Parts: sequence; structure tokens; C-alpha cells
Amino acid sequence: MRNPLSKKIIGIEPSGIRKFFDIVSEMPDAISLGVGEPDFDTPWNVREEGIYTLEKGRTFYTSNAGLKELREEISRYVNRKYDLHYDPVHEIFVTVGGSEAIDVALRCMTDPGDEVLIPQPSYVSYLPCAVMADAVPVPIELKAENDFKLTKEQLLNSITNKTKILVLPYPNNPTGAIMTKEELEELVPVIIEKDLYVISDEIYAELTYGGKRHCSIGSLPGMKERTIVINGFSKAFAMTGWRLGYACGPAPVIEQMVKLHQFAIMCAPTNSQFAAVEALKNCDMEVEMMVEAYDQRRRFLLNAFKEMGLECFEPYGAFYVFPSIKKFGMTSEEFATRLLSEQKLAVVPGTAFGASGEGFVRISYAYSIENLKVGLERIQKFIESLGGNDGRI
Amino acid sequence: MREKILNMLEKNSRIDLKDMAVMLGMTEVEVANEIADMEKEHVICGYNTLINWDKTSEEKVTALIEVKVTPQRGLGFDSIAERIYKYDEITSVYLMSGGFDFTVIIEGKTMKSVAQFVANKLSPLDSVLSTSTHFVLKKYKDYGRVLDAEEKDERMLVTP
Repeated sequence: MRNPLSKKIIGIEPSGIRKFFDIVSEMPDAISLGVGEPDFDTPWNVREEGIYTLEKGRTFYTSNAGLKELREEISRYVNRKYDLHYDPVHEIFVTVGGSEAIDVALRCMTDPGDEVLIPQPSYVSYLPCAVMADAVPVPIELKAENDFKLTKEQLLNSITNKTKILVLPYPNNPTGAIMTKEELEELVPVIIEKDLYVISDEIYAELTYGGKRHCSIGSLPGMKERTIVINGFSKAFAMTGWRLGYACGPAPVIEQMVKLHQFAIMCAPTNSQFAAVEALKNCDMEVEMMVEAYDQRRRFLLNAFKEMGLECFEPYGAFYVFPSIKKFGMTSEEFATRLLSEQKLAVVPGTAFGASGEGFVRISYAYSIENLKVGLERIQKFIESLGGNDGRI
Repeated sequence: MREKILNMLEKNSRIDLKDMAVMLGMTEVEVANEIADMEKEHVICGYNTLINWDKTSEEKVTALIEVKVTPQRGLGFDSIAERIYKYDEITSVYLMSGGFDFTVIIEGKTMKSVAQFVANKLSPLDSVLSTSTHFVLKKYKDYGRVLDAEEKDERMLVTP
């Protein structure tokens, strides 16, 4: 019998997170600082809108690109938040989470052999999606000494005559790094000169702290025609399970993306789309409240790590901190595995997000302060057992 | 910054001062001074504990009383309110817009004791025209908190 599977899919490494999840699932008493989704429930007015939509019997398909009303709201929202200007009819479409947008963008924009630059550590799906699109993923190793930002030099050094796409994953999961307007402006001349396109994954755009606002590269001069901006509702509005995202970009690209989306997905969940309209219209206060809570936890964790003597650069985005565990002489995976078996605490090894995550672990602060305290105590105990702390509590 | 401190205290008045300082990016002394100032200025009027008395053996009843009054010349509603809120049984007194003047919240041991209070103390006051007493049967949510809620994290333990 022939192998039912393609070489392509078999060649893709299983997600490091999946592997870790399987171990954690075997431990019913383990607690976790390992999730990548908000601990808040979706704001009630949004949930209520979802319920009302079901009551009204709005259980039909929407147009492939998504509800017109939702696209109009998205257009207004990205304009007022990020100074982006997109026509709701031709330049925006609604996807099943940001993840679908990443997949569809890569499949629509690459030919076999085209190289896709993927700064790492970063979200797990860019690389496999590039492979499935027959493109060649080329990781760029981000460095802790650059605060995990992509520098102009790194970008230049990674470009070949086959490079077509740069994935820009900021605010970053897992490092929490952001890139400011000035830092993005450094990259723009290179992108334009080398004729690259950018897939800018801005799913954490709303979650930035310390007075720093997210800047979308699509808002910079000369970049709109080269950028696909991907965003969604999961993180900002605590709507992960609703599976709803969107892509904004030049009309010819969006048109083809909608074509693929139409054949593969048909349309994003109708119920979620109606609820999302409410989220964009009436949730500024709720989002502000969540951002403030994340910011407080972020400061709390950073301070705790400082007191433990655990080296950690200050992240200004998403809801992760990415402390270095290099001084313990273990790999990230060893550290995470032992922390789990000895203290029953799950964190995610940095290597789950690319080889350059070695020496780091991702700790999520999408948890209440009380839960963070319990987790921190366990990390403290673990570090003490290694004899690696600096004698401070 | 005051608003942030108040928001934190409103949710948890027993929050650790050190935690608070870290979370707000301030020093402990700064936070403590700010709180002391607000106590002095009566921005912070006190620290209560939210208790679900239904879970104790203590018998308690709560009633909301709608009160209609005639305001007194020169003194308006304030002096009548004072006459009412002086009683220890009364936990809240609000001046209202709409069909009546005051909402008075009263706590007592039994329905009878509350009824007696209304009949013997509240209604006979000169300026009180009428009262309408509503007993609370069950408290679901109080001061922003669901009283009998069990928080359970149903998220998967590790996700990307």
C-alpha cells in the first residue's frame, strides 16, 4: 500500500508545545503559567451579542470576505487605533483567527522556492505554513542583547535573491518584544530596496505597556502596498475560542486571499462576526481595564524575577516574559521538564518557538496575581534546589 | 495614579502594600502616602469586608425601603437624611430621583424587627409621608462580586 501522507507534512516537526502539553496532561495536579490566551472572559456585552445572534436565528453563511458591517468596523478601528487606511470592500477580509490569515497569506504570496524570512523566537505556525506553501522558511535568530528586535543588519544579512516575504511578529509571542516606529523605519528602506513583502502579525497590537503604543509597519510611507496586516479578536478582546481574525492589505492580494479562503473555509463563523461588531464598537473601556491588569502583572513578575536573580529583559508587549535560564546549565527543555516534574509547574521551553529560544522559557501572565504568586513560589523553590539563586528571596 | 490605587483597593482592600507598589511601578512609601492622604481627605472612607451571611449561622435580613418625605424649609433633604441615617440598623441612605425621595437600606435580625423599626421609628418621623418596604430574598451579586461563584480555569494548560 502506498503511504497516504505527503513528504511535506511528514517533514514538519511536531509543535514543541504539543509535546509539552502531552506531558502536562498526564499530571492532574500541575499548575501552569503556560497558556497563550487571556484569563479574562470575553466582555459580557460581546457574549450577549453572540447569544442574541443565535436567538435571532442568524445561523447562515456570511459573504466570503465577512459581514460588510464588520469589515466597515474593522476599517474604522484600525484607522483610529493604528492610523491604517483600508477600504472595507477591497482591502479587508475576515478570517478564522489570525492563524488562518497567516496560512492563506503565505500560500497566496509565495511560489515554490521563494524564501520567507521568519524572525525567531516567534509564534509556532509561520514555519510550517511556509513549508506547506512550498516556500523556503529562513529563520532569523533574534538576540536577547537587541531586546529580541529585528535589526537592519540582521535583515540585510538574511536576504538572498530568492527572498520574497518578511514575517514581522510584533508585539512578539513568546518574548514580549515590541518594535517602535523608529525601529521599524530603519527596516523600511531595506524592504523597499530589496522589493520584499511583509506579513505583519499584529495580533497583540492592543497589548502594549509602559506608555508605548503599537506602530503598524503598514502605516509607514511606502509600506501599505507591501504589507499584509494580520490582526484579530483573540487577544485584545479575550475572544480566542470565537476564532476570528482579519487581514488587511493591497486589493489584488486580498482578492486572491479571499479566493483561497472561499474554497477552503467559505466564511468565518457568523455568530462570532456579529459579536465582533459589538467588540469593536463598545469595548474600549473593557480593553483598557485588561491592559492595565496585564501591565500590573508584568511589573509584578519582572520584579519577582529580579529578586530571584533571574535575568529577564523588560518586555513591553503581549502577555509573556521570557527570562534567561542559561546560568543553570540546562537546556530550556530540561529546565521546563524538571520544573514540571519537581514543582508541578508548567512553563513553555523557549525552543518551542525556534532554535534561538534556547536558554529561555516563556512565562505567561494571563493569570491572576494570586496564581502568579503560587507559580513564582514554585520557580523560587526550584531555583533554590539547583543552588543557583543569589541568596535573595 | 490615585484612580489606579483606588481601583486596586476597591477590588481588594487587603492587597499587600509592597505588591501594590510593584504593580504600579511606585515605591511603597509613595503608595502609603497617597493612601494616607486619601484617607485624610475622606476619598477613602473606610475598609469593609464583603460577607455572604447566608453561609453563616447568623440570621440576617436586609430590606430596601422607599421613603417619601416633605423637605423642611431651609434644610432641604439633608437634615431628614441625617435623622434617618443616625440609626445603627440603617446601612445606606440614598437621595433618589423619580417616584420617591430616599432609598434606605436596613439590616435586622428578623423581618419582625425590621417591620417594627419602620413602624415605630421611621414612619412616625414628622417629615416622612410614606414608606414602602421590600425584603431581600437572596443576594446574587454585591459590590461587583458574585457571592457564590466558583472560579475555575478551564483553559488548556499549555497553548501556543
